[in-house]
Amino acid sequence: MTTIREDFREILRLVRPGSRVLDVGCGEGALLDLLTQEKQVDGRGLEISASGVAACMARGLSVVQGDADQDLDHFPDRSFDYAVLSQTLQATRNPRHVLDELLRIADRAIVSFPNFGHWRVRWSLLSRGRMPETKALPMPWWSTPNIHLCTLADFMALTEDLNLRIDASAAFAGQGAARPMNPVSAVENWRTETCLFMLSRNGAAPTQKLASGEPPPASGDLFDG
Amino acid sequence: MTALDLVTPAAPPNGGGTWRFPADEPLRLDSGAVLEGLEIGYQTYGQLNADKSNAVLICHALTGDQHVASPHPVTGKPGWWTRLIGPGKPLDPARHFVICSNVIGGCMGSTGPASTNPATGKPYGLTFPVITIGDMVRAQAMLVKALGVETLFSVIGGSMGGMQAQQWAVDYPERVFSVLVLASASRHSAQNIAFHEVGRQAIMADPDWRGGAYADQGVRPEKGLAVARMAAHITYLSEPALQRKFGRELKRDGLSWGFDADFQVESYLRHQGASFVDRFDANSYLYITRATDYFDIAAGHGGVLAKAFTAARDVRFCVLSFTSDWLYPTAESRHLVRALTAAGARAAFAEIESDKGHDAFLLDEPVMDAALAGFLSSAERDRGLT
Repeated sequence: MTTIREDFREILRLVRPGSRVLDVGCGEGALLDLLTQEKQVDGRGLEISASGVAACMARGLSVVQGDADQDLDHFPDRSFDYAVLSQTLQATRNPRHVLDELLRIADRAIVSFPNFGHWRVRWSLLSRGRMPETKALPMPWWSTPNIHLCTLADFMALTEDLNLRIDASAAFAGQGAARPMNPVSAVENWRTETCLFMLSRNGAAPTQKLASGEPPPASGDLFDG
Repeated sequence: MTALDLVTPAAPPNGGGTWRFPADEPLRLDSGAVLEGLEIGYQTYGQLNADKSNAVLICHALTGDQHVASPHPVTGKPGWWTRLIGPGKPLDPARHFVICSNVIGGCMGSTGPASTNPATGKPYGLTFPVITIGDMVRAQAMLVKALGVETLFSVIGGSMGGMQAQQWAVDYPERVFSVLVLASASRHSAQNIAFHEVGRQAIMADPDWRGGAYADQGVRPEKGLAVARMAAHITYLSEPALQRKFGRELKRDGLSWGFDADFQVESYLRHQGASFVDRFDANSYLYITRATDYFDIAAGHGGVLAKAFTAARDVRFCVLSFTSDWLYPTAESRHLVRALTAAGARAAFAEIESDKGHDAFLLDEPVMDAALAGFLSSAERDRGLT
C-alpha cells in the first residue's frame, strides 16, 4: 500500500463526499485520484507541465494545461465547492489575485505553503546571512520557483485584507502528521514549518467541515477561526 | 428477400462503400441549398455492440478520406491513422465500431463538385453549392443514424477533422459521449485563410481549370492543384523538421545553374504535388478549403465561443496541440479550452512538445499516444464499455 502524503490526508478529511473540486497545480493527479476514489468528488485539475497533464489523462482525470496566474480567470463563478492550491501560492506571480480568484471560482479554498517565519528559516538567515535553505525550502535562491514567500503572519494579514474567514488550519513538519494550529498565535509563526488552511469569504454560508455521518478526525484536529 | 432488397439494402452495409440516401432524405445546407440523392463514401471497422454504445466516428482532415484503418484503394498505402486504430490499439475493431466517412464536397465517394448534377446530367463543377463544416457534420449525422447508431462513444479528429468534432459537440451534444480535438482551431485565422487563398488561386490560374468545368472538357488542372498542395504542405511541417529532413542537401553533385529541382526540398515538394493530383479533385480542394475558411463556431453564438458549448456540458473533451504547429497554434486550442471551461464542460488539454509541426498528430509522439489512450480508456470505463 502506498503511503498518503500528510497534507493530502488532511485535505481528504476536509472535502465533502461528492463535491466538486479543482486542484490547481495538480501534478500527476495523485490528490485528484485519491479524492475521486475516496470521496467520489467531481474533480478537475490545472497543471503547468505537459507530462503531468498526460499522466492525469492516463488516469482518466479532466486536467487542463495551464497555470494559476493565467488560467483561473476563465473559470465561471462558484463552479466548484473547493479549489485546492497545494504548496504553489508562493510560486505564483500574483498570490493576492490568485487567492481572490480561488474564492471566486470555489466556495472554499484549501491552501498550503511553507512558513517563512519558521525558526529554522529565521535562524538560517540570521546566522549565515544567506538566503535560507531548509528542509521545507531546499533550493538555492537562484533556482527556487518560490518568488513570493510569506510568513504565517503575512498570510493572516492578507486574509484579513481580502476579508476571508479561516474555516480550518493545520500545521505540518517534514513527513509528520498534521497537528492543530492557531494561526494568530505568534508562537505558531515560529514553530510552524508548513501550514494548511481552508478559507471562505466572510458572509458566505457557514462551513460544513466534515461529511455528515463521519466521525470527527482523530488527529490533526482543526482550529476553528 | 427480393432482388430489389439486394440492390438497395435498407441500411448502409457494414464494412463500407457508397451509401445513397433516398430522395426524401435530402441534405439541407447552411447556404440554404438542398442536396438530393446524397451519396456518402464510408468505411466501418468492427461491429456495433448490443447496447449500441461502442461506435466511434473518425473525422478526416482536409485532403484525407474514409480509408482510416485499411489500405487506400488508389495509392495502396496503409490506413492514415493505424497508429490509433487496429488490433491492440486504443481503438480496436474487436471492441469498437469505428466509422469514417468522406466529407461531402470530397472526391472519394461522397457527393461533391465532381459528382453528376442530377438536374443537368453533367458534373457539378462550380454549380455545386458552397458547403460548411456544419454541412459535413449534418451529412455524417445522417449516415451515423442510418448505421443504427443513436449516440457515438466518441468523435475524433485532427485539423479539419477536429473542427468537425467540435461541430458535433455543438450541434449534437446529446449524441456524443466524448470528443477529441487534435491540432485544430475553433475558427480560421487570417493566416489560415491567406494560405488557402494562395492554393485556390494556383488552381484557378491553371488554364486547364476552365472555370471549374474541366471534367466536361477532358482536362485536369494538375499543375495548379500540385502548386496548391506544395504551398499547403509547407504549412503542415515545421521549420526545424524541414531543416532536419533536407537542410540544403542537393539532389545531385553541384548546382544546375538553372531551375531544375537542385535542392532535395524542392524535389520532395514537387513529388508531394505530383502524387497528390492522382488522388484529389481540384474543385473539391476549392470547396473544402472554403468550408474551413468559413468555419467560426463563435460567430453563430453571438461571438462568444463558450455559449456554443453550453449544451455540451456533459460531453468529455480532450484537446491536444503541438508546440511547433504554426498552422493551428496552441493559442487556438487554449482559446477553445478556455471556452469549454467557461461553459462548465469537462475538458482535458495538453500541449505536446514536438518539432514535427502540424502533422505531428499523425506521427510518432509517445506523450500524445499516452494521453489519447488514457483519455479513451477512462471514457470507456465511464461509458461502461470495459
